[in-house]
Amino acid sequence: MEFLQYEFIRNALMVGFLVSIACGVVGTYVVIKRIAFISGSISHTAYGGIGLGYYLGINPMVGATFFTLFSALAMGEVSHRMKDREDTVIGIMWAIGMALGVIFVKLSPGYTADLMSYLFGSILTVPHNELILVLILDIIILLTVGLFHDQFTMVAFDEEFAQVIGISTRFYNGLLLCLIALTVVVMIRAVGIILVIALLTIPPSIAGQYTRSMGSMMGLSILLGAVFTTGGLYLSYLFDLPSGATIILLAGTGFLLSLLLKNITGKIAQEKRWDM
Amino acid sequence: MTAEEVIRIKNLYVSLAGTPVLEDINLTVYQGDFLGIIGPNGGGKSTLLRSILGLVKPDKGEISIAGGSVEKNHTLIGYVPQYAVFDRSFPIKVRDVVLMGRLAKRRGRFYSRQDYEQMERCLELVEMQELRNRPIGDLSGGERQRVLVARALVADPIILLLDEPTASVDSHFQATFYELLERLSKTMTIVLVSHDITAISTYVSTIACLNRTLHYQHNKELTVEMIEHGYNCPVELIAHGIPHRVLHAHDGVVG
Ligand SMILES: Nc1ncnc2c1ncn2[C@@H]1O[C@H](COP(=O)(O)OP(=O)(O)OP(=O)(O)O)[C@@H](O)[C@H]1O
Ligand SMILES: [Mg+2]
Repeated sequence: MEFLQYEFIRNALMVGFLVSIACGVVGTYVVIKRIAFISGSISHTAYGGIGLGYYLGINPMVGATFFTLFSALAMGEVSHRMKDREDTVIGIMWAIGMALGVIFVKLSPGYTADLMSYLFGSILTVPHNELILVLILDIIILLTVGLFHDQFTMVAFDEEFAQVIGISTRFYNGLLLCLIALTVVVMIRAVGIILVIALLTIPPSIAGQYTRSMGSMMGLSILLGAVFTTGGLYLSYLFDLPSGATIILLAGTGFLLSLLLKNITGKIAQEKRWDM
Repeated sequence: MTAEEVIRIKNLYVSLAGTPVLEDINLTVYQGDFLGIIGPNGGGKSTLLRSILGLVKPDKGEISIAGGSVEKNHTLIGYVPQYAVFDRSFPIKVRDVVLMGRLAKRRGRFYSRQDYEQMERCLELVEMQELRNRPIGDLSGGERQRVLVARALVADPIILLLDEPTASVDSHFQATFYELLERLSKTMTIVLVSHDITAISTYVSTIACLNRTLHYQHNKELTVEMIEHGYNCPVELIAHGIPHRVLHAHDGVVG
């Protein structure tokens, strides 16, 4: 395949694979815990970090890492303290994060041309040092999940009971949001801030329809993520389309197909039952 | 011989969203007590249990558990909530839900053999061992309630708080369940909230009636005063079906 002979494509496939691991694992928690809104919000505040990076003259990805971690912790506190107005406040923080980014970028000296690549992704131009950053973040995510999977599951399943038996829901909720923040950073280069939430939630929502345990849901999500990023990359190469958007559209198509399939197989199973 | 005080509540006031729900509650539960709490809907029974667990912060007053604060000792309690709201599509099996009850005590990353044995034992106690590998979302309401009882028992609590645990289970399991509680009460302190006055008066050792304030004399006598206080209605409406030995007027047996 001539597609594979270019180093930047092999690099991109590597990033796609690392992204699939992070979003398959963390996305599964996002879907079962129904926190897609907070996650989308965290991903948009990353723009503030990108802007801050430009402004301070450091790598925008490093700026994004710290900024999203900070906003994840802030949102964790908000949802802990203001259960009743949680969604409103989180929506406000989303907007503030982005607005800060716009201001920082405007104030930044010099050249900010690759801004669009952070917003919509550019998996084909990931520099080597960012590949390393993504790898390190992936390892941190996997280690944390390996250590605290049962606690995360319990807090997601029944927060009140977790509290009753003495599991700190505040700590584990906060830690999970930090993992989401790191996952967002991992995904920014692949699909961009705006599209992160789709790739984070689509593979686990498909996987959830066909699996009955967390482990298999995560495994299938990783596989689907790899299929979507690799396939999207190939299609974008073939038709000369933007890679991030192509990956998302492929994932979206996969989601619709799985819904359709589920509907059809569900109907057939039902008819069979009545036939007997 | 004086039994140990397991739960001690002094001058407790609780309000929710600005409305007083519990007023000046004083209650001491001794080791080995099997306390039944009755009272009308909205009387504050669930709120009282939730205060004991530290899930609701009191406005005023003190609660101590086994001589320590709620924050420190609430993990000595097993709890079966009145409503467990969880997501039917959550990918988790019955056995893993029960195991979760032992998570806080677990050392390290994995459950021990003892954890698994205890899980099996508790599933047997509630007669759910056959469904151990079912996803929790596939269970009926009553089956789910049994699993929650197993989850409450699995961590060897010294106190068991049960909030209408038999509300949706069938009569066969109700009988089994009350017998189980009677057995457990030999080694545990149990507080049971229920609207089933007949069952309560048959199995419990002491009865309290809660309607914002608490009527409790640390005995099994369910007086006309208590019922009238609790339900704000004439005794005859409630008393039907209650064994006479537990229903007393101030000076004699009613009926
Ligand atoms: N989260 C809440 N916010 C505001 N008020 C509440 C809340 N939860 C309960 N209440 C009020 O507190 C009062 C006591 O409720 P609680 O659930 O303790 O009653 P209960 O005795 O358990 O009733 P039931 O028999 O129906 O279970 C009720 O009047 C209820 O309206
Ligand atoms: Mg109640």
